[in-house]
Amino acid sequence: MSDTAVETPNVMVMNQLPSSEIVGESPLHHADLASAAATKNEGGVHLRENALQGFLTLRLNPENKDLLASANAVLGLELPTKPLSSVTEGATTARWMSPDEWLISVPGEAAFDLETAFQEKVDGHFSLVNSSGGVTTLVVSGEHVVEMLKKSVPYDFHISEFPAGKVVSTLFAKSSAVIRRLDEQAFELIIRRSFADYIWLWIQDASREYGLVIKND
Amino acid sequence: MLHIYCPHCCEYREEEEFHAKGQAHIVRPLDPDACTDQEWGEFMYFRKNPRGIHHELWVHAAGCRKFFNVTRNTQTYEIKEVYKVGEKPTIVAE
Repeated sequence: MSDTAVETPNVMVMNQLPSSEIVGESPLHHADLASAAATKNEGGVHLRENALQGFLTLRLNPENKDLLASANAVLGLELPTKPLSSVTEGATTARWMSPDEWLISVPGEAAFDLETAFQEKVDGHFSLVNSSGGVTTLVVSGEHVVEMLKKSVPYDFHISEFPAGKVVSTLFAKSSAVIRRLDEQAFELIIRRSFADYIWLWIQDASREYGLVIKND
Repeated sequence: MLHIYCPHCCEYREEEEFHAKGQAHIVRPLDPDACTDQEWGEFMYFRKNPRGIHHELWVHAAGCRKFFNVTRNTQTYEIKEVYKVGEKPTIVAE
């Protein structure tokens, strides 16, 4: 018996974005990073918020090759099955979170369309949840970024242990974070929205000795 | 701090990322209604507390959030073996 024989109940999908007249606010809206960006332009740690990205949590059994193939077709990429890896195709990135779970990021306004298309076209036993509102993304870079991260995360940041493209779900200053290395001196942190202010304050403190530059682009 | 190998992430991580969930391999009685109070009480409340080899259930709470088993020496804290749920330990107490 294959999983495709299981009847999929109708899943209610709701567009979480309000109409275009209402301006979206990230969890760090109150920090006013745009004004902070104007004040300083030299330092060892650079921070940019990649606000209002769309995030989808996908769970399915990768042993079911038919299901995996149809999911890949809708997503337009090959879901990574190697632990702690990621795949980027255009504006879509899929991160391995666990043997049967992936975190997929898309531009904010594309999340609902992808979710709808996935529910329509993929038939089988899977779960796809839009978790865009629960997290925000920070991109930290600069020549001292590794030193700043070493103070905050119980993980080895040496390039041999943590190469570009690797995804590590761990703790950042005791709060959960999904960290992906973008290149030698740049990392993407996906953090919980309720911890965004705390982490923003923590990064300011941890970067003080190197100088923190806020990027806004 | 323990340095624990996660069999799902396939690498060592700090203990901070994990939670211990107590004794492993506790089998729930198939028919709870047919249990005596003593049998049910032992399943619910009574746990081993050995000196030496102990099989424990751990969860990679901050990582992949999967459960797995650890065989640990409670005297030396040495982790002898890590194996997935559903697998049998190769190292057992004599």
